[in-house]
Order: sequence, then C-alpha cells, then structure tokens
Amino acid sequence: MNAASALVTGASAGVLACHTCGLTQRAAPEAHGLACGRCGSSLHFRKPDSISRAWALLIAAYVLIVPANLLPVMQTGSLFGSEKDTILSGVIYLWTSGSQPLAIILFIASIAIPAAKLLSLTFLLVSVQRRSLWAPRERTRLYRVVEAVGRWSMIDVYVAAMLTALVQFGSLMSIRAGSGAIAFGAVVVLTIFAAESFDPRLIWDLAEPAEPAEPESNLENVND
Amino acid sequence: MSSEALVVCHECDLLLREVPLEAGGVARCTRCGCNLYRHQPEGLERSLVFALTALVLFVIANSFPIVSMNSRGLTSSTTLLGAVSVLLRDDMPSVALLVFVTTFLMPALEIGALIYLLLPLKLGRVPPAVPRVFRLLHAVQPWSMVEVFMLGLLVTISKLAAMASVVPGIALWSFVLLMFAVSAAVAGFDVRIFWARVGALR
Repeated sequence: MNAASALVTGASAGVLACHTCGLTQRAAPEAHGLACGRCGSSLHFRKPDSISRAWALLIAAYVLIVPANLLPVMQTGSLFGSEKDTILSGVIYLWTSGSQPLAIILFIASIAIPAAKLLSLTFLLVSVQRRSLWAPRERTRLYRVVEAVGRWSMIDVYVAAMLTALVQFGSLMSIRAGSGAIAFGAVVVLTIFAAESFDPRLIWDLAEPAEPAEPESNLENVND
Repeated sequence: MSSEALVVCHECDLLLREVPLEAGGVARCTRCGCNLYRHQPEGLERSLVFALTALVLFVIANSFPIVSMNSRGLTSSTTLLGAVSVLLRDDMPSVALLVFVTTFLMPALEIGALIYLLLPLKLGRVPPAVPRVFRLLHAVQPWSMVEVFMLGLLVTISKLAAMASVVPGIALWSFVLLMFAVSAAVAGFDVRIFWARVGALR
C-alpha cells in the first residue's frame, strides 16, 4: 500500500462509514440524526460529545478505583476467625503461597490493566484537548490496545463469584464476595464505556488536518 | 447514497479505495495501520459451523457443575447459574448481574444472533429483521466475556486446590471448548461478505 499523497478523509469528502456495518455513504458535513441505509444504526462523522462523555466516565472510574482497591473483594469466614482480602492482599497471598504465575496474571489483570487503562485514556484525552500533533500512529495503537485489554480485568470478579458459590460450608468455612468487588466491577464497566466513547479519529483531525475535498476529484490515496 | 468502492478507516477516517485481496490477505489503513478488512471467502460458513457448535457447548456448559470440591468430608459443586443465585442470596445483586450478563446472557445472545443471521442465509433466505439482529450482535460483542471467565475459572481452581481436592466437571471442559468456538465464530463472521450475500438474495 502506498502512503496517501493527497490527504482526504471521510469527513472532508462528505463520506462516512457506518460504525456497525461499515457501509460507506454520502452525507452533508453538518448533518444530524442520520441512519445507516443498510443496518439502521445512527450515523455520525465523529462520535457525539466524545471527549466530555469519555471524561465523565473516566472521572467516575478514578473515584471508584479507590474503594475497589481498599475495600475487601472477598471475606473468608471460618472457625478460626474471619479474614478480609483486598485485590492486592489476594495477589500477595498467591505470591507467598507459591503460585507465582497466578499471582502475576492477577496482578496484571486486576492492578496493572485498570491503572494503565485509566492513565492511557487520560493521556489520550489530554493530548487531543491540547491539540497535540505528537505520534498520532502510536496514540491510535495505544487506543486499540486499551480497548482490547480492558475486559481481562473481570477475572477478579469471576474468581470472587466462583469462590463464593463453591465455599459455602456454614460456620466451618464460607467465602463471601465483598463490597470491593462491586466497586471493582463498576471500574471495569465504566472504563469499557469510556474507551468506547473516545473517538480515535480526533487524534488525526488535529495531527494531519485534511483539506475539504470533493470525493471523486482527488482520490489519490489508493491502497494497493 | 452509497459509494461501494470507497472504504473509510474507522480509526483515523482516511478515505481509501477498496482493493481486492489475495487469499488470506488483510487490508490495512495506510495512515494509522489498523485492519480494515480481510479476505475470507468461506468465513460465513465457518462462522455458522462454529456458532452451532458453540450452541451445543453452551447448553452443556450450563447444565452441569463446573467444578466440585472436596474437603474433610465436605463437598460442594456449582454451575454458572448456581453461582449467580448464591451471589443474589448473599446480597450481591450487582456482582450477580455483572457475572450473569457477561458470561451467560451476552454469549447466549451472541451465539443466537449469529445462528439467526447465518442459518437462513445458508439456506438461501434472508431472515426477517436482519438490521435489528445485526445491530444487536454488534452491541452484544464487547460484553461477551467467555474467554475472561475461563481464565477466572483457572485462577479459582488453583486457589481452591490449595485447601481442597478439586474435581473439574464436564462443564469446565465445555467452557474451554466454548471459548474457542465463540472466538472462531466471531472471527469468521465477515461483515462485508455478510451484507453482500444479504444484498444478493434480496
């Protein structure tokens, strides 16, 4: 494929692609309330209110990540007393009890990914708002990774749920999911929504602005 | 209104002209490098086969206990929905809902929507309400987390193995296979070929 010689974007040419089915179609530049002619999804050149929506969800996630890490995700009650496990203490317990590989998986999924996701989205939002021109390709790749890895944070919620279901021996020993699990689940859901609201095309709109163009006139960027 | 020969990159909005691909090829955006479309002529057939496989596995995975554990004469076992109901009883409705939605409801809708769209198409008919079901499929996909649940199960089992003897059930193996079947069904579902076929039959 050749690099684009004349930069024409969908928006500058009045062509947009449906987010859901990918059909490319013509639209007036400032058109609102359009629906895809093929699958009926709503169409827009850029995701509506992308930045403010992403910020709102992101800030909510920042607030909830505090209780998610401080409150217990699991409470183990037994004859010998009760024990409360936060995400971090669960990871440490696994590490010291000899399951280092699992401890690493849980650390990455439950601590590293949520933190990296929040920071990456913050960085993307700030860089777009500051009209940064820096490394658009890398920032787009960062967005792709953020979007793909977020779901893996759910592991801890599933572990808490399955342990709760299995270890139910009354006063001998029982495990309950703790309130930290609620906050943690909410962080995962909020960050998935936040990543979905962010529009990576905003990165490119500033970095390499396209000239308004007629769709058929200067379509030089054939990918062959 | 449509201009078929053009492709708009969904990540950087670059306008590109569609090119034919060789077998197994992938078209990438020249500017941001994201995948635009793939060449997989048999994709829909593969997708249907794996979706039907996934349906069977889904039923098995949810009908039998996933694991049983044994500790000092105490035994317990649970299915996925059993776990959800324990969470509900334990006053954890939000966690129960999250688990139910991401491991049961969304995968079920995903598999159902794939079969609903692809099976009649294979038989040469276009099912009613294609646009609505297609949109449903698209909306459901980010929330269907069978593969994450699978890893969660492995962590659960190794945590339990420290304090009890753990016996994996049929459902556990079904979940492993279900994970692969769902991924393969989703990977084979080529949006462009799907709509081209729908268009040809109409």
